[in-house]
Amino acid sequence: MKRNLPFSEFFRNNGPVMGSILIGLVAFWLIFLILLPQLSMLDYSFRFNLPPADVGGPKDVYTLSNYEYLIYGSDESKQSFNTVDLKVFVRTILAAMVVTVFNIVLCYPLAYFLGQAKGAGVARLFVVLLIIPYWINEILRAFALRIIFGETGLLNEALMFLHLASEPIDFIRQDVALYAGLGYAYILLMLFPMYNVIESLDRNQIEAARDMGASWVHIHRRIVIPHAKPGIASGSTMVFMLSAGALAAPQILGGPSSLWFTQLVYQWFNDSLNWQQGAAYAIVLLVSTIAIVLTFMRVFKVNMGDIGK
Amino acid sequence: MSSGVAVDLENITIRFGDFTAVKDANVNINGGDFFSFLGPSGCGKTTILRAVSGFLEPSEGRVLIGGNDMAGIGPNKRPTALIFQNLALFPLMTVWENISFSMEVAGASAKERRRRADELLDMIALPGQGDKLPSELSGGQKQRVAIARALCANPDVLLLDEPLSALDLKLRQHMRTELREIQQRVGITFIYITHDQGEALTMSDNVAVMKSGVIDQIASGHEIYDHPATPFVASFVGENNVFRGRIKSIEGGEAIISTNRSGDLVARITPAEIGKLSVGDEAMMFVRPEAFEVAPEQGGTGKNLVSAKAVNEEFEGNSFSVFLEGDGGKLIKMSVPNLGQDRISTRGHDLTLRYEPSNAVVMRAGELASE
Repeated sequence: MKRNLPFSEFFRNNGPVMGSILIGLVAFWLIFLILLPQLSMLDYSFRFNLPPADVGGPKDVYTLSNYEYLIYGSDESKQSFNTVDLKVFVRTILAAMVVTVFNIVLCYPLAYFLGQAKGAGVARLFVVLLIIPYWINEILRAFALRIIFGETGLLNEALMFLHLASEPIDFIRQDVALYAGLGYAYILLMLFPMYNVIESLDRNQIEAARDMGASWVHIHRRIVIPHAKPGIASGSTMVFMLSAGALAAPQILGGPSSLWFTQLVYQWFNDSLNWQQGAAYAIVLLVSTIAIVLTFMRVFKVNMGDIGK
Repeated sequence: MSSGVAVDLENITIRFGDFTAVKDANVNINGGDFFSFLGPSGCGKTTILRAVSGFLEPSEGRVLIGGNDMAGIGPNKRPTALIFQNLALFPLMTVWENISFSMEVAGASAKERRRRADELLDMIALPGQGDKLPSELSGGQKQRVAIARALCANPDVLLLDEPLSALDLKLRQHMRTELREIQQRVGITFIYITHDQGEALTMSDNVAVMKSGVIDQIASGHEIYDHPATPFVASFVGENNVFRGRIKSIEGGEAIISTNRSGDLVARITPAEIGKLSVGDEAMMFVRPEAFEVAPEQGGTGKNLVSAKAVNEEFEGNSFSVFLEGDGGKLIKMSVPNLGQDRISTRGHDLTLRYEPSNAVVMRAGELASE
């Protein structure tokens, strides 16, 4: 499909000066804002945490010890596993998956309603109403949820007023607040890709299926969901990646006993000042989440190209 | 195959808020007929189709299919199948899955579905194409797949919403013949929606001509062309020269109309208005371009003669169109068959045109189809 020289046309359309500026900016973004920081983190993760004097000296050699620490809890013995950190890691991944599934289930009907609603005006108003809360800072939103879910928060007051609960429920300790916060934090990133693809579905296809006797379940299973698959995939990818890498929501809404893997990374960088160890943890998280996303894409037969739609 | 089932619309009125899309429509469609609703866009013909298919309920009146009242019965429960204007094939399913979708819904086994799909693929002359995706087919092939998909459930009535409008001219003409053939083969009732009079006239047993929500005439294509019931039908179906004036005298089935610009002319009264037209009524007379000929004796006067000056000529292949200017600038179009002989152009000549009064039709004045 691509022409032999995609850039020649690009330059013809934009002129040599503007073309160079645009390509230069994209290259700057890719190299300085994405590639180099990640590569330096990768480099860090394979080095010892040395005092500044030794950096660049003979002791500064590559090592796997940071990764070994995550697995065995020690960089010397391999007798026992680092169950504490590994548990946090697995729990973070599983919780991010749960949040993703939760968002799919929540957004699908909403996206279907918005995308296929007859009055476009109503749908647009709805979308604006959904966006407005996101003008507020993420941390403030997390604190707002903490207030809602708190011991004397809105939810508990309401439950007790309605006699649905006799004493306040500890939503924070039960991780309800954490899941709600994570689900809420990235829900629009699920909604909009889904909304976009569902909106592009020809309504005649739904009517044709209905005319041929299909039930609503059948129509969604055979027509709407297959059509919406790229949108669901791209929404899920974003929500999963961002949930697994979230910091603010777990920090603010997480219970005292539940740690998010990103919090461990944060602790290595900030509290222990061991950037090398933190970098190794971060790299493990990044590579694992990418591998999981690719696996799911393979299982659900989604192409990388469809995601960008 | 199932035999045709009659469809009756009784006093159907359909309103959307303040807007009346269809007003008091009464239509009886015989079982096994190819019936067309013909009208310009926005005349309410698609709305009628949606009422028959069950996607909307009429505000008033009843839809009867095979004598059964369809009120409250959804589209999935009616013995109708609808072919959409854009066909609405499922792009992510293969051709055979598309065709057998109604069986999939009914829970038929894959083997059974495949067999039936292959059978239908043979019928639409696309054998062995079942495993392709719709996007791999040409426009005409998609068309036929849509027909096969609709026929798969053995519907009693097939509803077609301008399904040929997206095709190019040649293919459209070919598909007309093919649709008609398929209809005769399966023998079920076809209800066809179109704004293309050529499609309506060539395929249909009967045609209903609609204008802004009202059915003006229901008759065979021939009848509609030769005996239009209203000025709208006369001007919408085929080409027509219109002469306005007042009825001067009536004698039997014929009337003399004193036209505003072309003198007194005689024509037969349209069957629908015999006995209803009276002297002094404002009237319109219609003469088809092919009904005019150059009078053998030029310069005469008579009640079936019109004098005009030929100003332009167009070659149409099978005929010449001659554009003339009558008295007072009245524009007249005459169509002369191309018989292959050397023809002397009439351009610039003053001519006397003649027509058979039985080929001209007069009726009460009314709204014309907009050009």
